[in-house]
Amino acid sequence: MTKPVISTHGLRVSYGDREVLHGIDFEVRHGETVVILGGSGSGKSTLLRALVGLEQPSGGEVVVNNTDLARCTAKQLDAIRKKIGLSFQGGALLGSMTVGENIALPLLEHSDLAPSTIEVMVRIKLEQVGLSGFEHFSPSQLSGGMKKRAAIARALAMDPEILFFDEPSAGLDPIMAAGIDELILNLKKAYSMSIVVVTHELASAFLIADRMILIDHGSIMAMGSPNEIRQSSQARVRQFLDRVADSTADDDVDHLRMFTEGI
Amino acid sequence: MSPTESIRARTSPVVAALAGVGAGTEQVLAYLGGLAELVGRSMASLVVSPLKRGRSLQRAVHQATLAGVRAIPIITLITFFVGVIIALQGAYGLRRLGAMQLVAGLVAISITRELGPLVAAIVVIGRSGSSFAAEIGAMRVTEELDALKTMALDPVAFLVTPKLAAMIVMMPCLVMWSDLMGVMGGALFGVTGGGFTPGGYFIATCEALAVRDVTTGLVKSMVFGIVVTAVGCYEGFSTGAGAESVGRSTTSAVVVSILLVVLIDLAFTFLFYSARPGL
Repeated sequence: MTKPVISTHGLRVSYGDREVLHGIDFEVRHGETVVILGGSGSGKSTLLRALVGLEQPSGGEVVVNNTDLARCTAKQLDAIRKKIGLSFQGGALLGSMTVGENIALPLLEHSDLAPSTIEVMVRIKLEQVGLSGFEHFSPSQLSGGMKKRAAIARALAMDPEILFFDEPSAGLDPIMAAGIDELILNLKKAYSMSIVVVTHELASAFLIADRMILIDHGSIMAMGSPNEIRQSSQARVRQFLDRVADSTADDDVDHLRMFTEGI
Repeated sequence: MSPTESIRARTSPVVAALAGVGAGTEQVLAYLGGLAELVGRSMASLVVSPLKRGRSLQRAVHQATLAGVRAIPIITLITFFVGVIIALQGAYGLRRLGAMQLVAGLVAISITRELGPLVAAIVVIGRSGSSFAAEIGAMRVTEELDALKTMALDPVAFLVTPKLAAMIVMMPCLVMWSDLMGVMGGALFGVTGGGFTPGGYFIATCEALAVRDVTTGLVKSMVFGIVVTAVGCYEGFSTGAGAESVGRSTTSAVVVSILLVVLIDLAFTFLFYSARPGL
């Protein structure tokens, strides 16, 4: 069995007094695609942010490439970040730069490559995501799907060992979403990199995952291969997979108490 | 009775007022500490990686163009008219004393020591301080700051350092221009309504001015540049979620910058006066 490239042990993250993640334990192994699945507000995006060091754990640890992110120096954190790529939900392309400059930025800042080489690499990355010829466009001139693709190209710029995706197909039409799924599958085949995808899109998740983690209310509800998850008999997992809405027939007295508490 | 009400009921008005003063003071000190930390980190990145391979220099030049060069037309217009206004107001009093020849000196000293730097700073706050806050605030909302971090780029070194370097260089340049335009405004009145010849006004201005009148303005302007950049960027980094908070940060950046610039101006004026009373 290959060594884990990412592991979390009892990971807790809080915003002020509110704890969002209540002790998460899982691993991502080399070359594996792990999909973190969960509903809105389940804590999956917070988990992703903690995995790349954008959120400080209030407890537990996140270990990436044998380095604990919470206890490493800024230099060590930068060294790890140079080996990862993150595609943000909204793209997060720098609006003051063109698409090409966005992709070239990490290469310009962290490598000694000649400008002409960087230009070639930018074209290669854009070609990989199906955006050839768009290097001179500004991010504001791109559609939602194109922005996501450009963000993936930027995430790929440094040939990362680990690639993270935050809601890669959210807000896209089915054809565009299928295109992004296919792109992730192609990247997996071509580079055998470790991929972590956070999503709530079931179809995408089952298509691309080697292993799935279901998060609910800040805790891991289920973990396993797509087949194991599909065959799960856990009530909450079934509710999520079968798209059943939460029951609205709560105790009426409790419901009323919610509105009148503290008054 | 709610917990808040029970605390209020137990606390006397005097204690509550003191607690309010304490909390306010703590907030102000935390804010100033935040500004100092931002300037410190930005300066450190300027020293540690001095304009790394020219790219930071490129960004600084770009910022200098935006914040400095493009401010020239509006600064020209405003300080020119301020110069005319000072000359008119001065002439109003000096004419009764039969001392119209002092108008040129009055304009020159008022503009170089006070109004030139102050007007330039206020224009720069309106144009650049607000834009720094809006730019960084919007980047925070759209996760661009997080994107920089995940690319192992320090947002302070990437965004603040070039702005700070540009402002430290451009503010004194703008103030020199502002001084010149203010004096020209005074000269317009002096020549057309004050009985001066153009050459005579120029000579009267030079005789009234000492080098330190100009240098005190330039020293102040450099500090103004640092403060305007720090407040604009700090407000940007402090932006919460949503477009509304970007608007709030922009407003705060302008209001706080103007307040700090006036307070710093007061401190400098007091310092210069105390150091050489009567001069």
